[in-house]
Amino acid sequence: MLSVENLRSRYGRIEVLHGVDIEVRSGEIITVVGANGAGKTTLLRCISGVQPISGGGIVFRGETLQTVPAHRRVALGLSQSPEGRQIFTNLSVEENLRLGAYLFADERVETDMAEAFALFPILREKRNLAAGGLSGGQQQMLAIARALMARPACLLLDEPSMGLAPILVAQILDVVKDLKKRGLTVLLVEQNAYAALQVADRGYVMETGRITMSGPAEQLIADERIRTAYLGV
Amino acid sequence: MTELLQFVLSGVTVGAVYALVALGFTIIYNASNVVNFAQGEFVMLGGMVTFFAWQAGLPLPLAAALAILAAAAVGVALNKLAVERARGAPVVSLIIITIGASIFLRGGAQLVFDKQLHRFPAISGDEPINIGGATILPQGLWVIAGAALVFALLYVFFTRTLTGKAILATANNRVAARLVGINTDHMMTLSFALSAAIGALAGVLMTPITLTSYDLGVAYALKGFAAAMLGGMGVPAGALAGGLLLGLIEALTAGYISSVYKDAVAFIVILAVLFAMPQGLFGRKSTDRV
Ligand SMILES: Nc1ncnc2c1ncn2[C@@H]1O[C@H](COP(=O)(O)OP(=O)(O)OP(=O)(O)O)[C@@H](O)[C@H]1O
Ligand SMILES: [Mg+2]
Repeated sequence: MLSVENLRSRYGRIEVLHGVDIEVRSGEIITVVGANGAGKTTLLRCISGVQPISGGGIVFRGETLQTVPAHRRVALGLSQSPEGRQIFTNLSVEENLRLGAYLFADERVETDMAEAFALFPILREKRNLAAGGLSGGQQQMLAIARALMARPACLLLDEPSMGLAPILVAQILDVVKDLKKRGLTVLLVEQNAYAALQVADRGYVMETGRITMSGPAEQLIADERIRTAYLGV
Repeated sequence: MTELLQFVLSGVTVGAVYALVALGFTIIYNASNVVNFAQGEFVMLGGMVTFFAWQAGLPLPLAAALAILAAAAVGVALNKLAVERARGAPVVSLIIITIGASIFLRGGAQLVFDKQLHRFPAISGDEPINIGGATILPQGLWVIAGAALVFALLYVFFTRTLTGKAILATANNRVAARLVGINTDHMMTLSFALSAAIGALAGVLMTPITLTSYDLGVAYALKGFAAAMLGGMGVPAGALAGGLLLGLIEALTAGYISSVYKDAVAFIVILAVLFAMPQGLFGRKSTDRV
């Protein structure tokens, strides 16, 4: 469904992705784990089109993405819940969700919003409040719900567990598993490797802009090097 | 008492125009973080294009519509040819670009039109209306009504339509806006067109009272900028309050002290307000503009 080939990207003159290859097949949950600064966020920004790439390519459902502007990639079925939530703080919770479905103006917007509220009931309670006033965990739920409003075929999640209490991390990962059951493809980026590998089908390990290891999630969880480097055991 | 009422009426009339110009500043600032000093030229274009189109034989309403469209087109061109290309440049460079654009537009107007003062007829004649002993020109009421209508329509646009919310979203968080599928370049273009049209409308409404000429844009840009700063740059309600307040201060100073001091007093009040409240009267704290 999504393949990233030999992808390179830089900030100014400093290259931070040095040829990354990733393959995401339809219906899979794929995770990219790696330490702080490895380039995971840069990778997702490249896929969404909000970060220029300096080499390699991205193909999504048979379409080459390099020349497709960010807003059109959403229409193709790629949507992202970005790192740091990036919600519209000045707008209400409901407006954030409505804007998630910016490309649509049909009745399904209403049912999708009801579904989002069913997934995260706290958002229904706060629907008329400014999103900037939500707690960190609620903002994270809003960011995910907003991304789902775009009716993605492939959902990109950047650090959904960042800064959250363990109970909320578990809740969000449950939602991810739930989404997979509904046939959604998910590319999940996490520093919290243990949590991510528990829900993922396959994983990639990223170190300073390169993929250093990949394989089925249970295999990675059991790998000695990963256990010492990322799982703290 | 009558005297005071008289000063208030003229203050509100001028203030309504300042509010419209300040609103233009605010819309573009929100969409692009650019303080567009060419905003006054849209006011000039509104008056000048209307006059020359009317003189060429177009009925006045059509001439005014043409002027507003022309100004909107110039606004779009300013965005596409200058501001959009300089994306990522420091804010100071962008401001200098808009100052350059304003000089260019003024020079262009001098060439295409002329250096004379011009006027076209007021909408409902020039017979002053008596209000409690004070008088106001019917055109003054049109100015106030026009400004009120623009603010009301924009309020509806920004709170009730998806496109309006998309502009707000773009202002709030540009990357996130792109991630939900908003074409932020379009939103910027739309903002420039909207601002320019609003400025031009102010020019159309004001010309029968103050006359128009190729070089009146600078004064409106400064007043509109001052009003926007006073109310809080980037906040539409602040543009309204700042514009009216500035108009009132000027009219009261001119009336009770001397018109020589009206700009100075307005300037001092603005400095005092900004000293006490750096964000302006309605400004948001800069921390929640992520
Ligand atoms: N805006 C930027 N300008 C310059 N360098 C940047 C910028 N953003 C990230 N970098 C650098 O690019 C590299 C990769 O950063 P990136 O944010 O992609 O890593 P990450 O794996 O997502 O890290 P984290 O787990 O902390 O989110 C880092 O070395 C970082 O310092
Ligand atoms: Mg990151």
